[in-house]
Amino acid sequence: MDIPKALNPVEALKNALPDAVADVVEFRDETTIVVDPTKIRSVMQFLRDTSGLIYNFLSDISAVDYWDQSYNYDINKRFGVSYHIYSMLYNRRLRVKVYLPEEAPTVESVTSIWPAANWLEREIIDMMGVKFVGHPDPRRVLMPEDWEGYPHRRDYPLGYETIQFSFNVEEIIKHKPLAKE
Amino acid sequence: MAVSHVEGTSVGAVAQESTWEGNVEELRGLVSDRALTGETMLLNMGPHHPSTHGVLRLLLELDGEQIVTCLPDVGFLHTGIEKNIEAKTYEKGVTLTDRMDYLSPMSNNMVFCLAIEKLVDLDVPARAQVIRVICLELSRISSHLVWLGTHALDLGAMSVFLYAFREREMILNMFEMLSGQRLMGSYFRPGGVWRDLTPDFLPTLEKFLDYFPAKIDDYESLLTNNPLWIDRTQGIGVVEPEDALAWGMSGPSLRGSGVNWDIRKAMPYSGYEQYDFHVPLGEHGDVYDRFFIRILELRESVKIIRQAIQKLPGGPFRSQNRKFVPPPRAELGQSMEAVIHHFKLWTEGFSAPDAEVYVSVESPRGEIGCYLHGTGGNKPRRVHFKTPSYMHIGALPVMTKDHFIADLVAIIGSVDIVLGDCDR
Repeated sequence: MDIPKALNPVEALKNALPDAVADVVEFRDETTIVVDPTKIRSVMQFLRDTSGLIYNFLSDISAVDYWDQSYNYDINKRFGVSYHIYSMLYNRRLRVKVYLPEEAPTVESVTSIWPAANWLEREIIDMMGVKFVGHPDPRRVLMPEDWEGYPHRRDYPLGYETIQFSFNVEEIIKHKPLAKE
Repeated sequence: MAVSHVEGTSVGAVAQESTWEGNVEELRGLVSDRALTGETMLLNMGPHHPSTHGVLRLLLELDGEQIVTCLPDVGFLHTGIEKNIEAKTYEKGVTLTDRMDYLSPMSNNMVFCLAIEKLVDLDVPARAQVIRVICLELSRISSHLVWLGTHALDLGAMSVFLYAFREREMILNMFEMLSGQRLMGSYFRPGGVWRDLTPDFLPTLEKFLDYFPAKIDDYESLLTNNPLWIDRTQGIGVVEPEDALAWGMSGPSLRGSGVNWDIRKAMPYSGYEQYDFHVPLGEHGDVYDRFFIRILELRESVKIIRQAIQKLPGGPFRSQNRKFVPPPRAELGQSMEAVIHHFKLWTEGFSAPDAEVYVSVESPRGEIGCYLHGTGGNKPRRVHFKTPSYMHIGALPVMTKDHFIADLVAIIGSVDIVLGDCDR
């Protein structure tokens, strides 16, 4: 079987979808293509199906929160979602990244392209509070269903349990209800 | 998913007012419509069921004994490891990674250390790389032994469990020699390993390698050609290669379907390209093939460890870069610079650039990946582990569809899930 010649993913993507690519970052031999969040599905479909690219395996989807205590961050780029895709044919990885705003972070789901994205996206919905449009089952996965807040956001405190002494037991009981009689 | 929930939490209230019925409407769209009318049965399995290998809860929709839908519910063992690492310096984070996949802590250490080393561009000496390979393969053997024992136990072969744990004990004793801990050693550190091999380690290892292959023959004589075992496993839980790739399966579970992808071969780390070993592949993608591949992997791991002992070089066991690796204790008495480095590294830690890396290694269960994003300071902004058990549990609904509930246990066992690995 002839294997088609490998294409450079950055150039191929820039030729096919010129307005989707926002930026390209190289760090430690890893290529990151920053794309427009509204075009993520067409970009992923292109990367998976184009001969010479064939990124057929979705390794991971990770979300990162750029929030910072001194509020020194771009509110239009607070969240980053990194898709790590892998091509078994050409044995190479690629990172596709989208930046999402602080107000209502929303991106299209890629579950229809890789079913593996189902649970990976659910984890981000649960932990980061990013919405994936078109996700078939957007329930919480790791935290309880009635949990409030998104634990992996940087402004979510790490949390601890107050140690109970006789002087603060009243205070603790107030926010930690006991089983009802 | 409130089917099994009891309304009202205290014991007194249950007797009077509450019923065991939940609201089935919440499940609309997740289970088939037949479940809403009561035509099929909804059954809760776990989280304390012994065959779920930990705390996995499954909500099953059953038509007779056949599974119509299987909804896995995870998170009972979620301990916030990723969030906790964000509050720690890089080297302290290694200790937490042990607790994810508690059957092969070395693989978790490895992927986290590799990510740090890539992010800060730190070298690992040749001796440390070979020591790491020995430990990784030993933990692969010990993890496969637990899997073999529990998987066989689930399907009714009790004795394999006892034999497998006997051999695993020897490996844990060797880990104790190295790190002082049997399970959670945190033996790998950024830039190498915590300390050099102890003098009694290599003789013990040699003895184990002479002893162990005959034991693999014993397990095989109990299972491989056992007609009962074959009846329970062949043709069960078949996963086509395309489905396995689409659902993100990896490791022996992917290779059972015949896809030749082993990260040790595809993207070698820690010098795996220098070893001569073979990647076993399955043909049918059923439970039996996934079982047989792991048996063959046990033999390959023994082969790799023998080669590693052969080529174990001398030299330092940890990087000499003092900006990232603390100096040995002996230097502290003589060198002011060593004291400064020691103090800086154990109070502040080292800084890593504000950039992201992704590395992955082949753990006994599959691809375990680490996404690490630095802040420019001494703590990471985000660390995310892509774990094989999480992906495999996500793929369970596809694997179990239309199977009998008794085969479900075989399928769960065959993908080798660890809930600590899944929930993190």
